[in-house]
Amino acid sequence: MLEIAGNLFAKNGLILAFAIVGLTMYISYFLSDKLTKGRIHGSAIAIALGLLLAYVGGIVSGGEKGLADLSMFTGIGLMGGGMLRDFAIVATAFGANFSEIKKAGFNGVLSLFVGVVLSFVVGVIVALAFGYRDAVSLTTIGAGTATYIVGPVTGTALGASSEVITLSIAAGLVKSILTMIGTPFIAKYIGLNNPRTAMVYGGIMGTTSGVAGGLAATDPKLVPYGAVTATFYTGLGCLMAPSVLFLITKVIFA
Amino acid sequence: MVIFGVALLAICFLSGVFFGDLLGLILGIDSNVGGVGFAMLFLILLVEYLKKKDKLNKQTQEGVAFWSGMYIPIVIAMSAQQNVAGALDGGILAIIAGVAAVVISWAVVPLLSKGGSVNESIEGSIIGGDQSVGNSR
Repeated sequence: MLEIAGNLFAKNGLILAFAIVGLTMYISYFLSDKLTKGRIHGSAIAIALGLLLAYVGGIVSGGEKGLADLSMFTGIGLMGGGMLRDFAIVATAFGANFSEIKKAGFNGVLSLFVGVVLSFVVGVIVALAFGYRDAVSLTTIGAGTATYIVGPVTGTALGASSEVITLSIAAGLVKSILTMIGTPFIAKYIGLNNPRTAMVYGGIMGTTSGVAGGLAATDPKLVPYGAVTATFYTGLGCLMAPSVLFLITKVIFA
Repeated sequence: MVIFGVALLAICFLSGVFFGDLLGLILGIDSNVGGVGFAMLFLILLVEYLKKKDKLNKQTQEGVAFWSGMYIPIVIAMSAQQNVAGALDGGILAIIAGVAAVVISWAVVPLLSKGGSVNESIEGSIIGGDQSVGNSR
């Protein structure tokens, strides 16, 4: 029985990965709904669970690829590998269009650039404080501080180590979760009660799930406005971090 | 057909990554430079163009929308294969970086959402009375 199941899973790794991730997400959204009343978005819990699974996998196998190092779970490696990941990220641009971003006006666009650069600089400074000195690691951690997508995309492009890429994801995850939880509390202090500010907010914070979750908890009417700018953030980050921002970092820390 | 959407996405993806590789070569860094970002730009422009020409039917769109919906699950699979055990030593770094980025970003929001004469008119047209916004959406 067990042998049949083991063979089945080993042969159909990618399909097994779909099932595992689907179940993980189901549990996460259930927890999000029941334990946090939707305040922490299900996707954030699912990613945290993923990192937890990776930790367990890493301890059990002693390898560097988390759960994917266990032969039964190699499909996770395929599903979460660079090819499908980048493909799906590109697909998320499908919802966005330039005529909508125009509505955000000059400040909305400006907020995107300010947001990416600001988070990047914060990440680089913190990484410096923790003793990282090479431009690739600094750029990757800075990029991850922008969002947990820009980090690994940048890290993979620049050839950063797996530890640094993981740190960059963790930094982005902290940012996303804090944005989700904190937005309703900070909203009244930063005037976040109108569509224009919501668009600026989406551009500055950038984490789409964090902004959408946080705005939904603040005032559901603001969600589409925040999402309009936030959807451009990851793209802009993926464009700037491995190019302009990396080159600047390289010049400064060469 | 659904495959048209998937193919459209694939073509944008490949041209974006190609462009990124090319730019990396030109800039003399041995890496892909912003390929994913370029691919996103191509997709936005192409989708907008095809929609204007009415060449993008519902099924074609579904081909792209499916992969857009797979984004979070794939990110979860990605996080499950990271070297978390190895990075645990630096966990404090991630927390400090994340918290600092959020707090500083919060402080900047009021600076950007205020001021700028251009936006006074935009504010008027968008907000147009806070209540009506929800209704118009």
